[in-house]
Amino acid sequence: MAKEIISFGTKFNTQSLKGYKLYFLKQDIYLYLMIALPLAFYAIFLYMPMYGLSIAFKDYNMFSGFLGGEWIGFDVFKEVFKMQQFWYAVRNTLMLNLLSLIIAFPGPILLAIMLNEIRNNLAKRFLQSVVYLPYFMSWMIIGGLLTQILSENYGIVNIAIKALGLPSVPFLLDEKLWVGTFLGALVWQSSGYNAIIYLAAITGINPELFEAAAVDGCGRLRAIWHITLPSLKPTIVIMLILNIGNLMNIGFERAFALQNPVVAKYADVISTFVFRIGIENGQYSVATAVGLFQSTIAIVMLVLANFIAKKTGEEGIW
Amino acid sequence: MKFKMGDKIVGYINAMLLSLFAAICILPFINVLAVSLSSNRAIVSGMVTVYPIELNYKAYIKVLTDRIILKSIGFSAVLTILYVACALILTIMLAYGLSRKKLRGRNFILLFVTFTMYFNGGIIPTFLVVQKLGLLDSIWSLVLPVAINTYYMIIMKTFFSSIPESLIESAVLDGCNEFMILIKIVLPLSLPVIATMALFYAVYRWNAFQDAVFYISDPDKFPIQLRLRELILQNQINQDIQTDSETFVSEGIRAASLMVATAPILVVYPWLQKYFVKGMTIGAVKG
Repeated sequence: MAKEIISFGTKFNTQSLKGYKLYFLKQDIYLYLMIALPLAFYAIFLYMPMYGLSIAFKDYNMFSGFLGGEWIGFDVFKEVFKMQQFWYAVRNTLMLNLLSLIIAFPGPILLAIMLNEIRNNLAKRFLQSVVYLPYFMSWMIIGGLLTQILSENYGIVNIAIKALGLPSVPFLLDEKLWVGTFLGALVWQSSGYNAIIYLAAITGINPELFEAAAVDGCGRLRAIWHITLPSLKPTIVIMLILNIGNLMNIGFERAFALQNPVVAKYADVISTFVFRIGIENGQYSVATAVGLFQSTIAIVMLVLANFIAKKTGEEGIW
Repeated sequence: MKFKMGDKIVGYINAMLLSLFAAICILPFINVLAVSLSSNRAIVSGMVTVYPIELNYKAYIKVLTDRIILKSIGFSAVLTILYVACALILTIMLAYGLSRKKLRGRNFILLFVTFTMYFNGGIIPTFLVVQKLGLLDSIWSLVLPVAINTYYMIIMKTFFSSIPESLIESAVLDGCNEFMILIKIVLPLSLPVIATMALFYAVYRWNAFQDAVFYISDPDKFPIQLRLRELILQNQINQDIQTDSETFVSEGIRAASLMVATAPILVVYPWLQKYFVKGMTIGAVKG
């Protein structure tokens, strides 16, 4: 061992190599200077919060900072699990996500297959442009659009319902109807965008398969059932695993923009709960513990879903 | 022959259903546009559907002269420009550094950076860092904590790596240092990818509001998305109350504000769609 180090040392002391090395170090200094600022960003805004997770196990207050505060083990978690509001938020998150999985998950698959069946390229491109559009709207704008079109007195949807002679429907102010509105908004916003990945997978199917099927007298619907869908299976499984990994997570922006105080019973999810107790009540330790609980469950579910997929002979995500 | 008949019918039904879905995608925008251009009387009597009734621009004039809304639009515009500038500079510097194979410790740095794509500290710890740095209620709280999107940085790094090594080497021989190589050789060759990233960053910043909800409490520094939230909530509550002349005004104003907040996205949408789809399918193939 010692011998090796010495031999290394002698190597570096060679006169020519030293000059060589110095020259390149001088060159490299500019590179290191260049990446110093970006790396500082990662250290401060991404790694410091990771260390900050430790406050879930501490008696944290405004003045103690990340480093201060007394270690109190799992006391904060015990406190969290006693909170009724927390369990409501967990229930709502799981309920809304499970319903999304049933209702919104198949949408993009269907949409991709349907788009692929459009033979006119111009029409196809036009339809794609239109169905991708909602994805690029902020959730706040979507919330605004919904308030407008679903308004009981002068929203276009209720104008249509009233034209049929039916009473107006309070889509946003009735708890159960709100759940439907929330899911509908998700389908509307994300179906087109999520179809992109399936469309790409369909493009990858060998066209000879379809030609052979056509020669054998196979109609379009049967070709979809026997060729397109089986070819999409790996993509569907991957998307399903990712979705299951996300079952405990509903983005803050979506929940915050679409909810209103009247429907809080079903609309309060983990992300908005964290905001309320963390930012509005200042219970930082509790809010951090909830966040940590959520991401731990997410990782466990992701691993589990991947494990089951592999067991059933599918390709997992790793 | 029989099959072909069936196929045609399938094709027609498919086209019809798709057109219907596309119509649903676009209808809310058309409806809000129609409302924003209609008279209060027409809106409140529930007559406005897909075209304006009693066409007028009063709502837009009100929005574009309203001090509070105008302030939010201005703040969002300044914020977006500042953010795109900062994000591009930091992203380019890191992407270029990591694209140079001679950078020692490159693999470790790459790991340090990509690890954050899979694991992060979460909302509240990030909030506490921002708070400790004294950035709350400052425009920088909406710029610095999200200054680099690692995914975009890697796309840019891949692009820089595809620039022929010989070009860079010849510049080294001419005595250029790395900053000069980046500015004089790499950047001019990368304008398309930089423009695309600028577009993605700008759309993200214009649309996102979670960080603003957490970090900004001073109404003077509300981005447009937070201002929209106020208008929406005001309106939902108003629906329960008997509509009076005050509410009529806010109806049209809200629709017009929505259109104003949407307009920048609609303007860049053709490019946005093209490059986003490209980027996503590249990611899908590689992933």
